[in-house]
Amino acid sequence: MSLIGSFDRTLSSDDVLRRRSSLLQRLHIDGILLLLLLLLATGSLFVLYSASGKNVDLLMKQASSFGIGLVAMVVIAQFEPRFMARWVPLGYLCGVGLLVVVDVMGHNAMGATRWINIPGVIRFQPSEFMKILMPATIAWYLSKRTLPPSLKHVSVSLGLIVTPFVLILLQPDLGTSLLILASGAFVLFMAGLQWRWIAGAVAAIVPIAVAMWFFVLHDYQKRRVLTFINPESDPLGAGWNIIQSKAAIGSGGVFGKGWLLGTQSHLDFLPESHTDFIIAVLAEEFGLIGVCLLLLLYILLIARGLVITVQAQTLFGKLLAGGLTMTFFVYVFINIGMVSGLLPVVGVPLPFISYGGTSLITLLSSFGILMSIHTHRKWIAQA
Amino acid sequence: MPQPIRLKDHEKDARLIRKRALVGGVVFLVLTLVLMARMYYLQVIQYEYHSTLAENNRIHVQPIPPNRGLIYDRNGVIIADNRPSFSLTLTRERAGDWEQVLDVIVEVLELTPDDRELFERRVKQGRRPFEPVPVLFELSEEQIARLAVNQFRLPGVEVVAQLVRHYPQREHFAHSVGYVGRINERELKQLDPVEYSGTHHIGKTGIERFYEDELHGKVGYEEVETNARGRVLRVLNRTDPLPGRDVMLTLDVHLQEVAEKALGGRRGAVVAIQPQTGEVLAMVSQPSFDPNPFVTGISFKAYAELRDSIDRPLYNRVLRGLYPPGSTIKPMVAVAGLDAGVVTPSSRVFDPGFYQLPNNSHKYRNWNRTGDGWVDLNMAIMRSNDTYFYDLAHKMGIDRLHDYMSRFGIGQRVSLDMFEETAGLMPSREWKRARYRQPWYPGETLILGIGQGYMQATPLQLAQATALVATKGKWIRPHLARTIDGSQPHDPDPIPDIVLRDPKYWDYARQGMEAVMHGARGTARKVGDAAAYRIAGKSGTAQVVAIKQGEKYDRSKVQERHRDHALFVGFAPADNPQIVVSVMVENGESGSGVGAPVVKQVMDAWLLDENGQLKAEYATPGATAPLNAEVKQP
Repeated sequence: MSLIGSFDRTLSSDDVLRRRSSLLQRLHIDGILLLLLLLLATGSLFVLYSASGKNVDLLMKQASSFGIGLVAMVVIAQFEPRFMARWVPLGYLCGVGLLVVVDVMGHNAMGATRWINIPGVIRFQPSEFMKILMPATIAWYLSKRTLPPSLKHVSVSLGLIVTPFVLILLQPDLGTSLLILASGAFVLFMAGLQWRWIAGAVAAIVPIAVAMWFFVLHDYQKRRVLTFINPESDPLGAGWNIIQSKAAIGSGGVFGKGWLLGTQSHLDFLPESHTDFIIAVLAEEFGLIGVCLLLLLYILLIARGLVITVQAQTLFGKLLAGGLTMTFFVYVFINIGMVSGLLPVVGVPLPFISYGGTSLITLLSSFGILMSIHTHRKWIAQA
Repeated sequence: MPQPIRLKDHEKDARLIRKRALVGGVVFLVLTLVLMARMYYLQVIQYEYHSTLAENNRIHVQPIPPNRGLIYDRNGVIIADNRPSFSLTLTRERAGDWEQVLDVIVEVLELTPDDRELFERRVKQGRRPFEPVPVLFELSEEQIARLAVNQFRLPGVEVVAQLVRHYPQREHFAHSVGYVGRINERELKQLDPVEYSGTHHIGKTGIERFYEDELHGKVGYEEVETNARGRVLRVLNRTDPLPGRDVMLTLDVHLQEVAEKALGGRRGAVVAIQPQTGEVLAMVSQPSFDPNPFVTGISFKAYAELRDSIDRPLYNRVLRGLYPPGSTIKPMVAVAGLDAGVVTPSSRVFDPGFYQLPNNSHKYRNWNRTGDGWVDLNMAIMRSNDTYFYDLAHKMGIDRLHDYMSRFGIGQRVSLDMFEETAGLMPSREWKRARYRQPWYPGETLILGIGQGYMQATPLQLAQATALVATKGKWIRPHLARTIDGSQPHDPDPIPDIVLRDPKYWDYARQGMEAVMHGARGTARKVGDAAAYRIAGKSGTAQVVAIKQGEKYDRSKVQERHRDHALFVGFAPADNPQIVVSVMVENGESGSGVGAPVVKQVMDAWLLDENGQLKAEYATPGATAPLNAEVKQP
């Protein structure tokens, strides 16, 4: 299985012939991705069963979400990337429109809301759509330009990114808005955004942040930022989770306490133990080995995603595949970093493991797009 | 053989993206290694530390509630402090079947099903997991012993010493200082969940409510290690709470008691203000109640008794009692008339015993049916002549009268820091149109001139309006907090001073009020004659039942509760005002007969030394200088 070593491989006629004969290829499914996803799903159900306190209902819900997600993935994989590209701009506009609706409704209801809810018909979070639409939009826009993008094209892309970012930030949902910002930015990065601009942006952020700190922020806002950066300074609020999750992870040791035998995460009411903080349960029960295995699965998924990126034949496909893969990594990194006390607490779920149907379906859909990009190549090759 | 496809620029783009993907891949690999290193650190290097913590013991973060700030009177006498008291707490997560544990508690302590219901409600109000919720306060020695004996049947139940608010002055300050009570669900939603994580009480009324933020303090916490049964084994880390700030009040415990005694068991209100500073020296609303049971949770029966009592002890008459100010408002109306130019100090009105509007047969009666003859301003205040003020009000008109009286604070909240003060009412054309959809009638202006009609004011507002006469228009909102942790309260919304065309107008009003007390025909001369200093005062009567045209008020026919309320306002010494007192005696009937002696007793307590002489510091600078005379400094 040539996963990583085949970056510069181009498609030969042998490949085309071999793949055409494969059943999976005809179904537009990528076998490696499917295998990895199924492994993750199985593992996730085991961890969830334990983390939810042996809640079978919850397990069934998650399993069915997984089923729905797989179907969505397969369906999406059937569409050609070119067909998707055609609908991206409209989808983007609709997505932004829905975000505005959510913001306005949310303000009227005097509270934060992230949902569009038409009772009895449908209930969803427009920001979830944006997780896929954002990289797709930037990929669509930049694929029609010459690479690396000029200043003008970068500016337009930034505008496209910042609009939904701000709308989601207002909901307020910091975690999702940052993910969407990252997903757009990664496409820009893939498109060859010049290093000196990246360096320039970083260099500009630092003095602005420093100036804000000294001249703009009030004391109470500074305190809030400090608690955000170092949650352990607020052990009754945000720090509670971190103190507990660190103890849970640490007490797992190398081999873990065994499935269903974790004590910290069960007895001690680690809040959100089956959603954002589920890695603490896994780390306690399966130890360092379990965590490393999980990280290995993620790395393999990401490596496969990067191979698909490199092998994609259209610029749109390359940019989109690269953006989706990199965003996926950010999910993993932010979640594990936050639970283990490396990063501030932002509400980001652990892909495929955390409980939650919507994010599962979104994730599988994005892998459907990766499969579509990969398995529709030969049609272009033959054209 | 099909060739691999070549799009425009494709090769260059592909190279670029390949490079970027490679960079990304390497970065991700490094970051993943960082995560693994972090996990290695936690799970291997720190394994011993975490696993000992987790083995049999667990870490908890416990909030330490801050000590609530104390409340003192102006001389440092404690009005509210915190006393250690034993409470019974229940931790739901450790109790197993906690409802059954409650049953056992009720059985062991021989309590009633009502108590059990109350406990259940309290337990359900618990906010965090593993939070010990206090369900019963002020345990007796015997109760503690009984619980100890039955400890084995009571998992999750603990007897803890807690600081509980206590009011040693009991009912004396229930209406001004207020009390704290258990945080209810509505309050819980608005509170900062972290700051109040260890606190079960919050200010409900009065000073306790108004200065809640200052009194509360900042929460502390400790990270503790507990065994599997929840016993604290050791404290790992502790951040001390910051106690709440102490509030020193302007009230004087001694004067407060004198004022209460002066009311002599009658229902009523007394307010005493230091006019130069706006400091409230005494604030009495009788009958009162003991606030201490409210802290630990008053029983339903005891509360119902207070609530349903015909004497209404829970009712704050000083801040929420609304009365037509009656004749007490006449000095202020006189000042308004002088400043508006509708009367002069020497202009006179003939009083035949009633007043009639042109072309109207209705007679607006003077209280003295036979009439006072020719009346000037001084005489009008001294004799409380209604006819003069009907005439004055008619000449002024409602619009100007409304403006002037509003500047005296009628119809608006005057206090700086008193919770739930009522604004009262100073009617106007607009108000009447909005309220009754009717135009304003001239007759309604007339009765406003003698403080009747729609006008309504609290005893506090009357005291403040009188203080404005004493200070010649200088506005300082009356307040109860003298200092908070040493610093004085700040008025964010000061009211502009009343500036008259000629400041001498204040003196005419004051002289009229002095004549009330000391003049040969003054209505309260009996009280004034006995005083060791000059008082400026004015009586008033607030009607409870309206009297029909042509009917005479006959006290023997009127039931006790339907008798008029007696009002009296005054300040002393008249030419160097040190104290303003406003008194309302419910169903007291006579302002000068019942109200004035109360006022004088309060003034005596404040102004006189032990020999019954005016204290030296309150003596008039430059003796009793006559009006208009220049005071020469030696």
